[in-house]
Amino acid sequence: MAIVRKPRGLGGRQPLVKLRNPRKALDERLRSRINRAPSPLISRAIPWLSVLFLSLTPFAPIIASAPVMPPFAFMALLAWRMLRPGMLPVWAGAPLGAFDDLYSGQPFGSAILLWSAAMLVMDIVDVRLRWRGFLQDWALAAALIAGYLALAAILANLTGGATPLRALLPQFALSLVLHPLITRAIAGLDRLRLIPVSRVTR
Amino acid sequence: MPPPNDRRPGFSRKAQLGIFTGYVAAILGALAGVVLIVLAILDNGSFAFLRRGAAEAMAPVGAAGTVARTGSRSFFQRIGDYFDAADKNAALRREVQIARVQQIRMRALAAENRRLKTLLGVVDRASPPVATTRLVASTSASTRRFAVIGAGANQGVAVRMPVRTALGLVGRVLEVGPNTARVLLVTDGENVVPLRRARDGIAAFSEGLADGRLRLRLIDVGVNPLKRGDVFVTSGSGGIYQPGIPVAQVESLTPDGAIARILSDPAASEFVIVDRVFQELPDPAATPAPAGSAAP
Repeated sequence: MAIVRKPRGLGGRQPLVKLRNPRKALDERLRSRINRAPSPLISRAIPWLSVLFLSLTPFAPIIASAPVMPPFAFMALLAWRMLRPGMLPVWAGAPLGAFDDLYSGQPFGSAILLWSAAMLVMDIVDVRLRWRGFLQDWALAAALIAGYLALAAILANLTGGATPLRALLPQFALSLVLHPLITRAIAGLDRLRLIPVSRVTR
Repeated sequence: MPPPNDRRPGFSRKAQLGIFTGYVAAILGALAGVVLIVLAILDNGSFAFLRRGAAEAMAPVGAAGTVARTGSRSFFQRIGDYFDAADKNAALRREVQIARVQQIRMRALAAENRRLKTLLGVVDRASPPVATTRLVASTSASTRRFAVIGAGANQGVAVRMPVRTALGLVGRVLEVGPNTARVLLVTDGENVVPLRRARDGIAAFSEGLADGRLRLRLIDVGVNPLKRGDVFVTSGSGGIYQPGIPVAQVESLTPDGAIARILSDPAASEFVIVDRVFQELPDPAATPAPAGSAAP
C-alpha cells in the first residue's frame, strides 16, 4: 500500500513567507517542536524567585495602617509545596523566610522558624494523608495560614506591642479566600516554568 | 490524586542521604530561626543593618509605587465625587463661611500671641522641616506597623525624629540608612505618644492597636470626660514631638480612656515631612533609646 504523503509534511496553515523556502520552513517548524527541553535554570529558579518577589509586597503601592494584606509569600510557598512536592527542598523555608523577614517587619527569625516548620508539617501531612484533593488542600492551607498568622503575631508581640489575636481575623479571612487564586497563579507560573525553550544537544 | 511518592527513592544510598540531609537542614533552619528571634527580642535593633541594606536596595520600587498609589486613589476619588455632589457642594459652602469667620478670629489671636510672646521674650522655635519625602513601603501583613521613607542620613534624617503629614502625625524614625529610614508608625503597639485634648488640654497617651486605631489612656484617673469626636494633639512632653500636631479623633469610649482613629492615614498621603526632634535629650548618645521604652 502506497503511503500518501502530503507535500509539506506538517499540514495546517503555514505563513506564506516561510513557504518561499519550504525546506527551511519545515526545518524550523520541526525544530521548534521537538528536541526542546525546559531550561533547567528557569525551571529551578521560578519557584524561588516567585516567593522572593512576593516577599516584597510591603513595597506595593498600598500603605496599610492595619495588617490586612494576606501573607502572599508564605501562601505562594505553600502553593508550590502542594502543587509540586519536592520541587522546593524541605529546607527552603529558612532562606526564603530570612529574605521575608528583612521586609515584613516581623522580628528577624520569625519567618525562618515558621516557614521551616510549615515545610516540615507539610511533609508529615504528606505521609499521613494518602490522598490529595482540592478541598483537603484548601483546608490544610487554611490551618497552616491560621497557625502562621497567630504565631507570627505572638512573636511580634514578644518584641513589643500587644496586638489581640482577633485583629488578625480580617487578614485570615482574606487569605482563606485568596488561597485558590494564588494556587491558580502559581500553577500558571508552573506552566511558564516548563516551557521548552532550550535546545537539547547531545 | 495520590501524592507523589518521592520520599522512598529505592535503594540509592545517595538519594536516601540527600533526603536525610534535607531534613537535617530544615530542622537546623528552624532552630536558627529560634535563636535569631531570641536575639531580636533581647535587642530590637539587632539586624538593623540587614534591614537597612534591604530597604535601600528596594527603595526605588517603592517610590514608583507611591506615584501609582496616589494616582489610582485620586482616580477612584474622582469617580466617587460625582455622587451626591450637590449635597457636598452645599456643605462645603457652609464650611467655607464658618472657616472664613474662624480665620479672622485666628488671625487676631495669632497677632495677640505674637505680641504676648515678644513681651515674654519667648523665642519661637518653629524650625524648617528636615526633609520632605515619600512613604515607600509599609509592613502590610505583619502586626508590627513599620514604614520606610525615602530619606535617610544623607538628607539629615536621624533616629527619633517625628514624621508627619499635613494632616497629622505618622510616627517617628526608628532606624536610619543612607537614603532610607524606617519609621515606627503611631499605630504600632510599641509606639506610645503623649497627647492632650486639643480643646482643653486633658492629658493622655496613646498606644497603637495595630489595626489602624489607637487606644487612648487618660493620665488622670476618674470620671471619663471624653466624648466621641474629641481631637487629640501631641502635648510635647517627652521631647520628641512638637506640641500641637493633630493625632487622633475619639471613636468610642472605654472605662479609662477611648479608642481613637488616626487623623493622618498614611495611605492617603503622598508626601511626609520629617521634623526635628522637639527638644534634644541632654545626652542621647549615652542612652541610645531602645525602641521600646523611649517613646513617651
